[in-house]
Amino acid sequence: MNIIYFLIGCSVLLALIFLAAFFWAQRSGQNDDLYTPSMRILLDDEPESPEEK
Amino acid sequence: MRQDITIEKTACYHCGDSCITHEYVVEEKSFCCHGCKIVFEILSASKMDNYYSYNDHPGATRARTDKRFEYLNSPEISSELIDYTDSQVTIVTFFIPHIHCSSCLWLLEQLNKMNPAVHYCRVDFLKKQLNIRFDHQQLSLRQIVEILYDIGYEPLISLQDVIKKQNRTTKDNLVQKIAVAGFCFGNVMLLSFPEYFGISAYEATFKHFFGWLNVLFSLPVVFYSGRGYFVAAWQNLKKKLFGIDFPLALGIAVLFIRTAVEVATQAGAGFADTLCGLVFFLLVGKFVQQKTYHHISFDRDYRSFFPVAVYVIIDDITKAIPLAQLQTGNRMLIRHNEIIPADAILLNGEALIDFSFVTGESVPVKKTLGEVVYAGGRQTGGAIELEVIKPVYQSYLTQLWNNEAFTRQNDNGKQTFNERVSKYFTIVLLAIAFGSLLFWLPTDLRRGFAAFTAVLIVACPCALALSTPFTMSAALSIFDRNFFYLKNVAVVEQMAAIDTIVFDKTGTITTGNTNEIKMEAVLSAKEQQLIYSACINSTHPISRMICQYLGNQNRLSIARYSEVPNLGILATIAGHRVRVGSYKLVLGYKEIDAKASRAYLMIDNEALGFFEFSHRYREGMENLTVLHPTYKTFLLSGDQDHEREQLGHFFKETPDMHFNQSPQQKLDFVQALQRQGRRVIMMGDGLNDAGALKQSDLGIAITDDVNNFSPGSDAIMDGRSFSKLPAFLRFSKDTVKIVHFSFFISLTYNIIGLSYAVTGMLSPLTAAVLMPLSTATIISFTSLATHFAAKRRALI
Repeated sequence: MNIIYFLIGCSVLLALIFLAAFFWAQRSGQNDDLYTPSMRILLDDEPESPEEK
Repeated sequence: MRQDITIEKTACYHCGDSCITHEYVVEEKSFCCHGCKIVFEILSASKMDNYYSYNDHPGATRARTDKRFEYLNSPEISSELIDYTDSQVTIVTFFIPHIHCSSCLWLLEQLNKMNPAVHYCRVDFLKKQLNIRFDHQQLSLRQIVEILYDIGYEPLISLQDVIKKQNRTTKDNLVQKIAVAGFCFGNVMLLSFPEYFGISAYEATFKHFFGWLNVLFSLPVVFYSGRGYFVAAWQNLKKKLFGIDFPLALGIAVLFIRTAVEVATQAGAGFADTLCGLVFFLLVGKFVQQKTYHHISFDRDYRSFFPVAVYVIIDDITKAIPLAQLQTGNRMLIRHNEIIPADAILLNGEALIDFSFVTGESVPVKKTLGEVVYAGGRQTGGAIELEVIKPVYQSYLTQLWNNEAFTRQNDNGKQTFNERVSKYFTIVLLAIAFGSLLFWLPTDLRRGFAAFTAVLIVACPCALALSTPFTMSAALSIFDRNFFYLKNVAVVEQMAAIDTIVFDKTGTITTGNTNEIKMEAVLSAKEQQLIYSACINSTHPISRMICQYLGNQNRLSIARYSEVPNLGILATIAGHRVRVGSYKLVLGYKEIDAKASRAYLMIDNEALGFFEFSHRYREGMENLTVLHPTYKTFLLSGDQDHEREQLGHFFKETPDMHFNQSPQQKLDFVQALQRQGRRVIMMGDGLNDAGALKQSDLGIAITDDVNNFSPGSDAIMDGRSFSKLPAFLRFSKDTVKIVHFSFFISLTYNIIGLSYAVTGMLSPLTAAVLMPLSTATIISFTSLATHFAAKRRALI
């Protein structure tokens, strides 16, 4: 059953990595604007080929 | 006498306003004004006409095209606006009120197609902000603003940079704290499960290991996530206050110490799960409470109404200086549509000043040379020159801000329910805790301490602390859906305590600028054409309204035209002499009894009748009478009293209506009501109400466009939802009742928990179940109850 020490170590480490990733995302401003990207995706990239709605 | 005219109206391709001439047509698209046409031409020249394919009429009207941005060349002003600059690039963020649809987003992010010196631009749609990175060696700040202005997106540049201030204050790391608490909570729950199900003696080493890990996970929860509660509790204690923070901090501390001691002495598993869950839920409650409206500012004062820079004439040279440097004796140049920022004497030019925002009076006032012009008026004629006689902050208008209402702390005497209750709660809690300690102490020391700590743990007012934030934030989003924006959650409670409502007239119970127009004349098609052709030349609001009323007509060429300021128009068109204007100008003698403003018509010495203009009341005015038994209503107006009779329907007694009130008188009136022990809502819209809004218990600014300037207030209401005011008031009372009820629910849980705790036999499992269970009950009760209350008041 000593494998439990190892398993818990792994799971905590993994969780810590996710926590660190969240901190990084928060610091780099990825969560500052959660609304505009959802509109941006609806717009066409090439204004050369105008598309009617 | 009345006659209906068939009106054919075309909507402007750019802004959607109705076109009153056929003059501006490009590629079979009609425009309402030259400005809109220019924007279209610029956009189609740079192959950006896709702008119009995403939405119909995405633009802002460009009827006024006389902005000048020279002042942005002055380094002291531009350095205030820039976020970051080095030798290569400059980054700047603008607030652009017109951002409202996907076309705006698309166009503003294509700026580099129009000018390659723009490296990068990003729109934040909800905050209505545009972030631009550009090469300042090729493009100046002023040019950027001019490009934005040319395509119809004028940034709002104001002295009181509200946006930057807001960005700074929201930079606290609550989200990170929640993340840490959540992370630890999850791990601790996982490690606690073996304990819940029982660990055999064979696996006792694991129990030890799990215990120490739990203590380890509790460390960041207490010292990072929960730190704010200790700080707040300590600050309150120093002020000799027992806020809700005190029992919370005490609970957290006791939980942590008892857990650490139990694990270290191997006496038990401790309460790490309860501890982490408590802090996590509390922080989530705090997060919910912090609702902010990024695009609305509640703290505006006169500075955001005034321009950033003034043009002064020094030695015959016109120069832009920041407003703060304007001194007594300076000679300033005010152009058409600019605001006069300081009390000054008129030296040169024709002053026709619109004081509507300051006094509520909508008709522009003519000033003669040498007369004193007060700050806050908007020049509507040509350019004028004035000599400053008082510094900006001492002017007639801005003096209001020196009143004590603006310096005193806003929240004294307005204790929330939570604050009142938590004081008694803390005292009772401490009494029970020490009581159980003393009870067990003579017989069993260990059990005494167990009971003491258990009481503090179980009675930790988690559910109580959460009931207000969850109820109020649910209420806030209901109000928000009905275009009523509150500054923060505490305002809902203040609204429930109100018993008196004071209304301003112009702009508050009447709609902003749109007057009702009525034609009392019979006109042939030819006569309509003549009057239209005369009025189309004038920019006066009344002329524009007449043109709008007459609709699209063919314009006749004019032989002779003159406009007499404040009186009307004299013109000779196609051999006919046309007069439009006041009684005096048209009919030659002074009007005896003027109840409403009228424009008389005369063609070839034949009087044809008149157009009458009256204020239009907001929809739902009749709903105000519903308020009467519960609320006392008053009217304060800066205007003359010629509408006293009409308003009599809405306000019970004549003494409740007060006319000709100065801004200071309005403030004093509210104060006098408060001295009588009344709790007052002030509803106003202009700078003239700013003092009364601030003095009142709850200031509501009414506006037709929430992005426009509105004076500092506790809440901002969109004019469309004015009729819902009685429902809002009733709903606010409902929410307070919900808070009271949820308080009793959380008390019930506390009593159940306490009955275990005082015996000193509280098991960690009971605590771990009770805490989340009470929290879940409170959250679901408050959100459901708020939803039903809103439905009952027809707000959703």
